[in-house]
Amino acid sequence: MPGLLVYVDHDEGELSPQSLGVLAKAASLGGEVTAFVAGSGVDDSWAGSLGGHGAAKVLLADDPALEGGLSQPIVDAIEASAREADAVLFGAGVVSADVAAGLAARIGAGIACESTEIALADGGVVATRPALGDTVMVESGFRGTGIVLARANAFPVNESPSGTAPVERVAVEVKPWSQAARPAGREAAEAAGVDITEAEILVAVGRGMGGPENVPLVEELAKAIGGEVAATRAVVDAGWVPYAMQVGQTGKTVSPKLYIACGVSGAIQHKVGMANAGTIVAINKDPNAPIHEFADVSVIGDALTIVPKLTEALRSR
Amino acid sequence: MNIAVCVKEVPSGTSHKRLDPATNRLDRSGDSELNPFDLHALEEAVQIREGGADVGEIVAVCMGPASAQRALQKALALGADRAVLVSDDSLAGSDIAGTAHVLAAVVAKQDADLVILGQQAADADCYVMAAAVADYLERPVVTQVADLTVEGSGIRAKRQTEHGYDVIEAPLPAVVSVSDAINTPRLPSIKAIMGAKKKPLETLSAADAGVDSGRVGESGAQSIVRSVAPPAAKSAGVTIEDSGGDSAPQVVEILAGKGLL
Ligand SMILES: Cc1cc2nc3c(=O)[nH]c(=O)nc-3n(C[C@H](O)[C@H](O)[C@H](O)COP(=O)(O)OP(=O)(O)OC[C@H]3O[C@@H](n4cnc5c(N)ncnc54)[C@H](O)[C@@H]3O)c2cc1C
Ligand SMILES: Nc1ncnc2c1ncn2[C@@H]1O[C@H](COP(=O)(O)O)[C@@H](O)[C@H]1O
Repeated sequence: MPGLLVYVDHDEGELSPQSLGVLAKAASLGGEVTAFVAGSGVDDSWAGSLGGHGAAKVLLADDPALEGGLSQPIVDAIEASAREADAVLFGAGVVSADVAAGLAARIGAGIACESTEIALADGGVVATRPALGDTVMVESGFRGTGIVLARANAFPVNESPSGTAPVERVAVEVKPWSQAARPAGREAAEAAGVDITEAEILVAVGRGMGGPENVPLVEELAKAIGGEVAATRAVVDAGWVPYAMQVGQTGKTVSPKLYIACGVSGAIQHKVGMANAGTIVAINKDPNAPIHEFADVSVIGDALTIVPKLTEALRSR
Repeated sequence: MNIAVCVKEVPSGTSHKRLDPATNRLDRSGDSELNPFDLHALEEAVQIREGGADVGEIVAVCMGPASAQRALQKALALGADRAVLVSDDSLAGSDIAGTAHVLAAVVAKQDADLVILGQQAADADCYVMAAAVADYLERPVVTQVADLTVEGSGIRAKRQTEHGYDVIEAPLPAVVSVSDAINTPRLPSIKAIMGAKKKPLETLSAADAGVDSGRVGESGAQSIVRSVAPPAAKSAGVTIEDSGGDSAPQVVEILAGKGLL
């Protein structure tokens, strides 16, 4: 059984469900899995609770330099443990991905991104990912230490954790340049009027809607069909709607019975947040847009024209 | 201040993407284009200059086959002052860490204070290159930046994570990757396209670039494709070609038929 190390990310005391899912997956492969946690002022018993999620042992790097949710000090902290492992596994996440990438460079390791399956074969770890717009499944193995970065929501968390694992504190030496970037604050997320994860019907606005002035068209459709408005990161980043409405990897995961995507390309990071919707309707003028690959109803056309017509048709029912 | 922008050549969105069954590598024989996400990286560099920062030069850096010169021509038309292509048969088949090593080696020779990358390569759907390049360069990195300001000798960047927006400050030299919502890339003017032909485009071999040959190419790659298979079959959806909104009644009918209304 190869030595597996799972990096477990956390934020404001919350363990990342993406990391916990990968930890549970690693544990299911049969061997003893080590979890790695980095932070500042971390409580041993909190770190030990990872035993309930599948860790046989927890390595804890505890240092003030690991306070800020920045990836580079974490690469320094995990490097030595990673060199001893056969594979280092990461859940999806912005910090996790940056640690995985920095570590790959640091130790010259191969990295498999967007992995949706992790298995053991020929004495090592192999990872499978859907690639090229999810049209092929590519299985990769590694020479030397392998780094696996999971796709968001690929692995479920152990929902009834019990037990603890022994915690071992590891020495940390953070390089000066790794501490050059500094956190300078978090923008408080605007309180959401509605919780889109609870909605049965969602109408999503993507950049194809043209501009914030057209968001009301989508709002009207949502109203007419009894749903709520959701959004892609592109339009949230651009300030059309608040972050609380974002669906996807760095937003919310939703599974409404109906999801109507208006001017949404269907990028992987959006798809992972809504692929479990009961019925997906895509309105996109580009017949080659990835969303048409997985929509149940693909409407090829101009969303600016179609959305109001759809609202009208629903109202006149 | 000088800016380097890493740009990749990827198969065109409209061309059929496939893996070459003989090599398990991306078949690059079809049309290719400048990675759309990198338009935002270039645009950001140009906007930093236009915003009044003292930008000496903007250099576009690419590792890729000889055909990537076309992608670099576009980068030049979009505002890069010069371009560097690292192209060498020995680099084909490089993995992510190998590619990052090459980009870092080239960037290190460009005297760039700020390195900008796109949020992801459209052909790989990863989002790892910026942090890997930064580690080789031993420079601070901020990824998925939705808002960027250069202030004196440092940057202030807003990034989105699973927890909302963080603001991060870093001194220059630094590396960032930018969200595709950070700006709206301009279309190159005819004049800019013509002008691009006169800008310097240098092609380096792996040796010129100072690449450690053990880290690159198929033999240096530490991840190895074992197999390629079709995904689990999925029932095909209904496709409706709309004209002037005429699809609305049909969509409503389908939704009603599924008991969704
Ligand atoms: C680490 C990371 C995390 C991310 N997290 C998320 C996330 O949580 N959620 C998320 O959504 N994205 C996320 N992204 C971003 C993602 O990769 C895409 O950039 C984003 O989803 C694109 O948003 P979009 O579909 O609105 O815009 P685009 O990709 O620009 O798509 C717009 C679409 O609209 C179509 N269109 C244009 N005009 C019209 C018209 N008039 N009528 C009809 N269709 C039209 C176009 O054909 C195009 O397909 C993340 C990326 C990274 C790297
Ligand atoms: N071969 C390459 N040459 C130049 N830049 C690249 C190359 N590969 C990736 N990049 C840059 O890295 C970014 C993210 O790519 P990736 O992490 O590979 O998805 C891209 O948007 C480019 O800016």
